[in-house]
Formats: sequence, structure tokens, C-alpha cells
Amino acid sequence: MFRFLLARIGVLIPTFLGVTVIAFGFIRLIPGDPIEVLAGERGVSTERHAELMIQYGFDRPIWEQYLSFLTNLLHGDFGQSIVTHKPVIDEFLTLFPATVELSLCGILFAIAVGLPAGIIAGVKRGSVFDHTVMTTALVGYSMPIFWLGLLMIILFSSILGWTPVSGRISYLYFFDPVTGFMLIDSYLSGQEGAFRSAVSHLILPTIALGTIPMAVIARQTRSAMLEVLSEDYVRTARAKGLSPLRVVGVHALRNALIPVVTTIGLQVGVLLAGAILTETIFSWPGIGKWMVDSIFRRDYTSVQGGLLMIAAIVMVVNLIVDLLYGLINPRIRHTR
Amino acid sequence: MTTPDTTTAINEADTSWIRLKEFWSYFRENRGAVTGLTIVIFVILLAVFANVVAPHSPSEQYRDHLLQPPAWQEGGSWSFVLGTDAVGRDMLSRLIHGTRYSLFIGLIVVSISLALGVSLGLIAGFFRGGVDTVIMRVMDVILSYPSLLLALVLVALLGPSLTNAMIAIAIVLQPHYVRLTRAQVITESTRDYVTSSRVAGAGYLRLMFITLLPNCMAPLIVQATLSFSSAILDAAALGFLGMGAQPPTPEWGTMLAEAREFISSAWWVVTFPGLAILITVLSFNLMGDGMRDALDPKLKRS
Repeated sequence: MFRFLLARIGVLIPTFLGVTVIAFGFIRLIPGDPIEVLAGERGVSTERHAELMIQYGFDRPIWEQYLSFLTNLLHGDFGQSIVTHKPVIDEFLTLFPATVELSLCGILFAIAVGLPAGIIAGVKRGSVFDHTVMTTALVGYSMPIFWLGLLMIILFSSILGWTPVSGRISYLYFFDPVTGFMLIDSYLSGQEGAFRSAVSHLILPTIALGTIPMAVIARQTRSAMLEVLSEDYVRTARAKGLSPLRVVGVHALRNALIPVVTTIGLQVGVLLAGAILTETIFSWPGIGKWMVDSIFRRDYTSVQGGLLMIAAIVMVVNLIVDLLYGLINPRIRHTR
Repeated sequence: MTTPDTTTAINEADTSWIRLKEFWSYFRENRGAVTGLTIVIFVILLAVFANVVAPHSPSEQYRDHLLQPPAWQEGGSWSFVLGTDAVGRDMLSRLIHGTRYSLFIGLIVVSISLALGVSLGLIAGFFRGGVDTVIMRVMDVILSYPSLLLALVLVALLGPSLTNAMIAIAIVLQPHYVRLTRAQVITESTRDYVTSSRVAGAGYLRLMFITLLPNCMAPLIVQATLSFSSAILDAAALGFLGMGAQPPTPEWGTMLAEAREFISSAWWVVTFPGLAILITVLSFNLMGDGMRDALDPKLKRS
């Protein structure tokens, strides 16, 4: 297990170096002078330009620039935002809990709906329920979620008036963040209605973000169930006279879940990509919206930092999924 | 020497014909796949004959008919069946012309990523060793970003336009082809027919493109169909974020972006472009699923 972990990290390091090269190259690949780019629309005088060239180290050889960029990264220095002049890492960490909260709710929603639907569809193969689930899953899988978000706003916010349109909580409530998770913070604040407001803000984005993972999980669970149900040990369990519920729930499900766990883990990338669209539509103050805003504000250092952090998160989660896979699947022992 | 050559040629033609027939007989039984194929053909016809079918020009602005509702609603008229947008352009005509953009995007993106991905995958799987490692690590790097985010940043670098959006999406999609081709090439390389071709003195290029590639095609075709839909979806998302096709192009994602401010006043400008995206993407996915099931002998039995 330990050796496997080392081997996986051994592969991760060059990949992460590649990610840093892309992030490093990003600012230098933007057409035009880097200082002009960083200065934005205000522009700079010639003297200041020369000063800045030295300050940012653009006068040094490219490999030296890259090395100092890497050193800064290892010290947790992702540079300063061009627009707000605050450290990029601070901005990222302030907004990150909002995205985590939304993503967690999205994946929980996806699992809560997709997993049972997939199990029942697999067990009742060919039934009306199976066809309905599979059709719904395919529609969900093909759904442009930015459009789904807009439709839900039209129906639930504009016409029915059930849910608010944007943000994380009504502006009537104010309290200092404790955990950064609005659901927990609003509950802790003890203000009447704050928790309900937070929940009502979260419902539509959660559905929009969870739709594609839900479809993927339902499809994957169904096909894993089908495969497992045709195995000999399931037939044996049935022949022993066990109740169908026990056969499905204990014998089949355990093994069917192995590939499903991997699928769930692999949804992290999907969730982060979906967060870009979902957060933009619902004005959700997370890193997805922050990335889009930074791109439009030409805040290139923020985009660079965001790229690095997001890639790192995806890589770490994938590593954890790999390790989990070894733990829950005894057929794959990571010993070698 | 010439006689055996021609007989093998005929045999090859025969077997591929038989395989195609077998494929079709499986494909035909899948109702979803056939529905998907029918809609795809319909969309292609719409795109080809857009000028003939569309009742109006996609860019003409009827100033007396701003935000007119669809025909069946009060205030609508049958000359603008699906209503008009904020500057009085006919929704139906814009949607019909939008099929051209979506199919074009799908075609270009899939062609670029297929050509690039298959070549890299062939090289990696065929030569192995250092080349393989370098190519696969680069693919790992690309895959460690969420695809839409990387595409978005690439477009920000290149400047927002439909062409750049297509290039960006192609770059983001091609690692899947590389992985798929490489895996196929590695399994096929050990087969006898490859060894015999190698012994007969075939060069690298012949081995790679003429001997190996045709035998790796089945999963690639399926992947191409499925990535047609991701290309359309991603391009629409980029258009929606203002980083794809620019207004007044009747690209569906861009139309949705323009429609956002009328979300509470005119439901039709928001609903129809998204519905068009959904139906097109769905039919490509249905078709791709059907093709995969028909080509995969393991699934055929179950």
C-alpha cells in the first residue's frame, strides 16, 4: 500500500510540474508585453516599466524566472491579484468554501437520487421504471446545465416565487463567517430564518450542478448491478433461499459499488467545471465565478493561481480515489 | 502473384461488408439509437437547406415585432412561429441557421482532436519508451484540469471567437483519443498479423497507419460520435459565457447569453435555444450509445 502510494506520487510530481509550466507559461503567452498586460488599461511610464521589469524579474533568463516562480509556490506565494492587489491565495481561500459547499450538496444530491435509481433500474431490468430512469439519465447527461439553471429560475423564482435568484443568503442576515459554509454558519448565528434563507438559496444551484453527476452515477450503478447480478455467487445466494432484498442489498450491492465509488470520485472535475457555469448563473460567490470574472477583468495572476489550485485539487482527489479503490476492492492489492 | 492478391482484396471487402451488415442489424434493434440517428439526419438536412427552410433571414430585424411571443400565445402570429427576440429577429429562423454552427463546430472539433489524438496515440503505443512517457504525461497534465476551465483559459489567451473556441475544445478533448488509441495499439501490436507484416519488411508508417490503425477504429468511432456531443455542449457553454461565437451569430449558446436579461419577461428567447442544444446533444449521445452496444461483443449478449 505504502509502496503504491509512493509510486503514484512519483507519477504525480512530473504531472504537477507540467501544470506549473502551463500556469507559468500562461502569463508569458498572452500576446504583448507582460508589464503592459499586468498594468492593465492604465498603462505605465517608461521608467516605471523598467522598474517593474526588474521587480517582477522579467529581465532575467526564463529558466531563472521559472525557478523563482516554483520557489514562491512552495512558500505558498501565488502572487498578487492585478485588480485588487490582495494575495491570490487569500482570495481563493475566502471563496473556496462556497464552492466546496455547493459541490458537496451537488454530489450528495446526485448520489441520493442516482444511486437508488440505478440499483432499482438494474434489478428491475427492462421494466417501465428502468426505461424511465435510463431515459431521464440520458437527458440529464445531455443537458446544457446553464440552460437548466435559467429554466429553473424562470419556473421557481419568477413564476412560482419559491426560491431566490442569486447569492448564498438574503442580505437581511449578516454574521461573521466561522466555517465558511453558509449552512453551518447561518445555523450557528442563531438568527431566525437565516438557516432557511441559506437553504433556499442553495436548492436550485445544487440541482443544476448535481444533474450531470446524477445521470452518470445512475447509469454506472445500473450497469454495475447488471454485471454483478449475473455472477455465480449471486445465483448461489439465491439458490440458498435468501430473500431477494438480502441478495441484492448485501451480496450484489457490495461488489457493484466498487466501480461506482470510482465514478463518484471522478466527478470532482465535472463538479468544478459545472461550478463555473452554475456559479455564473446563480451569482454564487465561489471560485468558478471568480475564475470567469478574473478572465473578464484580465486579472491574469488570479487566473494563474486559480488554474494551479484547481489542478492540484483534482489531482489530489484522484489520488485519494485510487487509494480508496485499492482499499475497497480486495481483488486489486496495491502491494506489488 | 496477382491472383491471390485480388482474392484477398475481395475477401477483405466481403468481410467488411458482412461486419457492416452485422453492425446495422444490432444497431437497428436499438430503438433509442435509431431515434437518435433519425434526428441527426433531420438536423443535418436542416443545416444544409437552412436558406430554403427558414421562413426569414436569421439577421433581419423586424422593428415592429420586438419580443413577440410564439404563435400559439396571445399576441403571437404565424409569420413568427416561435416568436421574435429583443431586436425583432425571427427565433425559428435563427434556430434553423444555428444547426449549421453546431454541426460545423462538432465536425471541426472532432476532426482536429481525432487527427491529433490518433497520431499521438499511435506514436506513443507503437514506439513506447521515452516518447510514450512524455506524451502520456502531457496528456495527464491536460486531463488534470476540468475541460471547460482549460478551454475557457485557452480562449482567453487566444481571444474570444468561434475559431479559437473550436481549437481550445479540440485540444481539451484530444487526450481521450490518445489514451484510447494507445491502449488499442498496445494490445494489437502483439498479434500475429502485425508481426508478420513487420517480418515482411513493412516500414513504421505502413505498420502504424495501414496495418494497425484500421483494427483500432471501432472504439474510436464511438468516441468520435460521443465527443461530437461534448463539442457542441462545450462550445455552447463558451458562447454562453461570452467566450465563443460572438453576437449576432445565431449560435445557440450565444443566443442564450443574449437572452439572459429577458429571463422574466420573454420565456421563449431562453427556452428554445437550450431545447435545440439538448435535442441535438441527446440524439448524438443516443446514436453513440447504440453504436457502442452494436460494436462491443461483450455487451451484445447481456
